[in-house]
Amino acid sequence: MIANTKKITDPKEKYIDSLKFSLYCISHPLDGFWDLTHEKRGTMAAANTILIATLLVRLLKLRYTSFIFLRVYWEGINIFLYLASILFPLSLWVLGNWGLTTLFDGKGRLGQVYMATCYALAPYPLIQFPLMIFSNFVTVEEAGFYSVVSALSLVYAGILVVVAMGQIHEYSAAKNILFTVATLFAMLVMIFILMIFFSMISQGVAYFISLAKEFMFRI
Amino acid sequence: MHKRKILLRTATALAAACLALLSPLSVSAEEGSYTYNYDYWGDVQDCPDLYSVSKVLTSSDLGLDVKLNNPQGLYTTDDGRVFICDTGNNRVIELVRKSAESLEVVRIIDKIKGSDVNTLAGPTDVAVSANGDIFIADQGNARIVKVDKDLNYIMEFVKPVDNTLDPSLVFQPNKIVLDTAERVYCIATGINKGLIKYENDGTFSGFVGATPVSFDFTDYLWKKFASQEQRAKMESFVPTEYENIYMDKEGFIYTTMALSIDKPNGNGDNAVRKLNLMGSDILVKNGEWEICGDLYVGSGGGYEGISILTDITVLDNDVYVCLDRNRGRLFGYDDQGRMVFAFGGNGNMDGYFRRPAAIEHIGHELYVLDSLDCSITVFSTTEFGELIYTAMEEFDLGHYEESGAAWQRVMDLDGNYDLAYIGIGRSLLRQKRYKEAMRYFELKYDEDNYSKAYKQYRKEWVEEHIVVIVLVILALFLIPLSIGRVKAIRHEIDTADIFVVGKEKGKNT
Repeated sequence: MIANTKKITDPKEKYIDSLKFSLYCISHPLDGFWDLTHEKRGTMAAANTILIATLLVRLLKLRYTSFIFLRVYWEGINIFLYLASILFPLSLWVLGNWGLTTLFDGKGRLGQVYMATCYALAPYPLIQFPLMIFSNFVTVEEAGFYSVVSALSLVYAGILVVVAMGQIHEYSAAKNILFTVATLFAMLVMIFILMIFFSMISQGVAYFISLAKEFMFRI
Repeated sequence: MHKRKILLRTATALAAACLALLSPLSVSAEEGSYTYNYDYWGDVQDCPDLYSVSKVLTSSDLGLDVKLNNPQGLYTTDDGRVFICDTGNNRVIELVRKSAESLEVVRIIDKIKGSDVNTLAGPTDVAVSANGDIFIADQGNARIVKVDKDLNYIMEFVKPVDNTLDPSLVFQPNKIVLDTAERVYCIATGINKGLIKYENDGTFSGFVGATPVSFDFTDYLWKKFASQEQRAKMESFVPTEYENIYMDKEGFIYTTMALSIDKPNGNGDNAVRKLNLMGSDILVKNGEWEICGDLYVGSGGGYEGISILTDITVLDNDVYVCLDRNRGRLFGYDDQGRMVFAFGGNGNMDGYFRRPAAIEHIGHELYVLDSLDCSITVFSTTEFGELIYTAMEEFDLGHYEESGAAWQRVMDLDGNYDLAYIGIGRSLLRQKRYKEAMRYFELKYDEDNYSKAYKQYRKEWVEEHIVVIVLVILALFLIPLSIGRVKAIRHEIDTADIFVVGKEKGKNT
């Protein structure tokens, strides 16, 4: 696959090729994620496709996983919040990682961080979707298979994300791990600031509402 | 397809769930139905009544000259004899059941014959052996006295001789049960080593089923660092005393215990325990929720904290009914530990209690003694309750189709009754109708039974389709193989000498 470095000009062909390249990425992470940006093998369109596939599989799982593994209290499900449970950490990760690495010799740009992270998510839909179908053909005693494979898909994706960051920023292994931890802290800081921000806003709004109420009451 | 049905759960169920989660209990008591149950998610589901009050019997209904005063104990026999321990009046009243609405006084036991102490002092419990001997927990006289049916003194059981007991402790037997060999098991106030077990000749033979000592690790750490005075003020790690005991017809002892309010159902304590002869807990807990009475215990209406299960009785179909003295409720659980019903409350109306003290049963009827109201409330099953019991009993007898039919009628009456779905599923499972059974189990998230049904269904399916499966597998191997072969042959033909030579000749020439 590495040999295939000839320029593809047709955008459709390029899209298909970059989507296929995700398979190469997850099987040869170091090589794959290096080529992803440095050889321009990845495209934004493919990254978005993988992300959408991830979200879709996460939603489909709710409905089509066997009840042995997943019981859904439908009254308590908000689809948008459920999707945000992937999108929100993802955007925090991308922003946090880019914000930090750009200060410390990271070669990846914001778009590239996003693209590489999405490519690293590929194992999730690839493993979870067949697993979801498989879950309907097992009994409680065989539930172990499901749980192990399901956990593996998450660990796999997690490792890929870390490796991908190292490759696109051209970091050594130690530096990569350091910045992974630092990015996690950055995410926490961002959550903290967001919480402060929203609580301040709501208090501010509440102040003006009560002021207005008092004003109307006096008139 | 099936899960969509869950979406169709009624609006009332939702409202009840919201009420139970968000508002104090008094409100849900007003809004909800008298009888309720918990579904898989722990939402409160209104339920038709399984029991209705057939009569509240007061002292005057019983025709007593001296009114009942703080009665504490109740005992019934299968042939319809009822004993009330009229603790405040130092007597035991024997009655006989005439109908669901009436009890008739047979005699008033306030004196026994042939003992040094011929009167009773604050009797708290009674038990009757198979041959009619009466055992009375004579708390004020620090003894359990055994008399024959004509009240002639036979023997007494006194404070156990045991080195670990505080010598200054006054023996106060509180609740007693008998096994078939007339061994006596007793709960005594201030003794927390378990049940006191006496042989039938009156000798003390040991403590049975001590509750495990429970403590928080944080509490333990605090104690390590606390000073002597601080430590003395702290709650000490001692086993909890049992509230009450009941012996079922198979000889297992059911006990109830008041759990600590700070740590409800934590630390491995169980409000209800079923003790075998070794004294270990063998209660089946296959239900989704703890066997602890109410799940939602907000404060309201003057009551707060968890349910305090003060007495228990076990029906012949292994349904056990616990009495909550905190909120005056009755909780029924089946042999798998799943809730069958919950109803009742505190109040002055019929079917509500002021200070419930004891519960017993005759057949399916429940008798609840209220020690403040000095009354006995008789509950008898409604059609709905009778259907549920029929379904359970038919299943135990092996009549699975009848059981399934009864559960079906239960479901027709109350579509939110989870046990009905599982009951229908189990009966279908026994009738080898696996596919249908799976549907019912899936609806109520019963994974174990579902897996049982699915395993059989899968086996049947494979056996039926074995030819197709073999063909498909063969095809999966053979088609790529033959494609490879065809390609190889084609390649051979393409590169065969006669053509290649010819081509080369053509090129060369």
